[in-house]
Amino acid sequence: MSKKILTTPISDEALEDLNVGDIVYLTGHLVTCRDVAHRRLIELKQKLPVDIKDGAIFHAGPIVREKEDGSYEMVSIGPTTSMRMEKFERQFIEETGVKLIIGKGGMGEETAKGCLENKAVHAVFPGGCAVVAATKVEEIEQAEWKDLGMPETLWVSRVREFGPLIISIDTKGRNIFEENKKTFNERKGNILKNIHEQVKFIK
Amino acid sequence: MSHENSVEYMSDVMTKFTSYIGKRLPRDVKNKQAELRQKEKNPMAIEIYDTMAENQDAADKLNRPSCQDTGVIQYFIQAGAKFPLLGELEDILRNATLEATRQGPLRHNAVETFDEKNTGTNAGSKIPWLDWDIVPGEDTATIEVYMAGGGCTLPGSAKVLMPGEGYEGVADFVFDVITSRGINACPPLLVGVGVSTSVETAARLSKKAILRPVDTRNPNAKAALMEDLLESGLNEVGIGPQGLTGDNTVMGVNIESSARHPSTIGVAVSTGCWAHRRGTIKFNPDLSYEVLSHDGVTL
Repeated sequence: MSKKILTTPISDEALEDLNVGDIVYLTGHLVTCRDVAHRRLIELKQKLPVDIKDGAIFHAGPIVREKEDGSYEMVSIGPTTSMRMEKFERQFIEETGVKLIIGKGGMGEETAKGCLENKAVHAVFPGGCAVVAATKVEEIEQAEWKDLGMPETLWVSRVREFGPLIISIDTKGRNIFEENKKTFNERKGNILKNIHEQVKFIK
Repeated sequence: MSHENSVEYMSDVMTKFTSYIGKRLPRDVKNKQAELRQKEKNPMAIEIYDTMAENQDAADKLNRPSCQDTGVIQYFIQAGAKFPLLGELEDILRNATLEATRQGPLRHNAVETFDEKNTGTNAGSKIPWLDWDIVPGEDTATIEVYMAGGGCTLPGSAKVLMPGEGYEGVADFVFDVITSRGINACPPLLVGVGVSTSVETAARLSKKAILRPVDTRNPNAKAALMEDLLESGLNEVGIGPQGLTGDNTVMGVNIESSARHPSTIGVAVSTGCWAHRRGTIKFNPDLSYEVLSHDGVTL
């Protein structure tokens, strides 16, 4: 099977065929965007300093080294917990026109609605694999909102075949983590019943 | 060595060790992951395990932090009351954090609360966090360095149960935390459980529990049984690496406990992610040292 590669700007057509569980890679531009950037746009009504329409964001706070000539080197960049952005993401997708949201772990119902309404997807990059990710960054082209400190700065990177990205919310509104959660909860009941029988230590 | 030189020497060793553990996983965690990869049959989970292994190789070769979130730095100290630099340890470890942040490099992860400013140095009020056990009569110091990343810290929970809820309630609590919030914390997790008298004592013990090597067992037979039951039970849930399903959920479950008030059961859960970055180093009074957690270390 050949690698499925998305390229920015990402078209609706490129996303329509994707289903949860599919593995894709990204070539083009990727912008880190996490807690405070989401809050500034949605709550504080500040305009994002980078245009991400038809683009891709990464819930991530990297380690970046500033070189002597003032340029930046991506040392280590992995995803952060996407669920922290759940509160803002539906509106964020609507306002920015972002197409691909990369992070770690699942997101909730609101984000799934945002993806369905605006033909966007959420994908998981394996958490903790930050050196693999850094080696797919060709160059950091821009850094905005540096007042937020290293983790929260919007780092604009040019990436090549960045992945594996596992689609966790698709454009049809399916959400793999929510579906898995139901399975986990169903299994939990019986397992706990069995454990309860064996830990009656208070007699 | 003069007193001044000793302080400088130990600061330098601790700087290098703090930086080192962000790049290479301890022996027990590494072995466990290889074992879980071997047992895994689900293709997506296998792809994730392989990416994890590729990442650790790349981090080692390129000498970079394996995960970008190098955490809030915490030191768990077991210091002999007669360790010669006992009074200087706090300064030594603070300097080690500052210097490791530059040398590592480590991500800047200390945000002053209320002021809401990142200090940019990984040092701040009471950070790096120090946890002390003083050992009477001893003249050595064993220091555990732990990088408390955001993802694996988020599931942390503590609660005081009524005794009527019993150990059944403890099991329910652990399962609820792991199946709700643990999914996003980069499984397979090392789960630490504290069973004690109140929230803060249980919480501290739950953290101590994840500092214990994977696959060790509590010396109390009932506690060890509960560790086994929780481990196999959570694995049966099948959360898999990154919460995307698989044949296992956890690297292990470790329980630490204390006596408790007859009217309370304090219970807490702390989690370590698959990239469980901790390291143990033991200093003798002449400052010769031994790394206990990793093999073949040159600092």
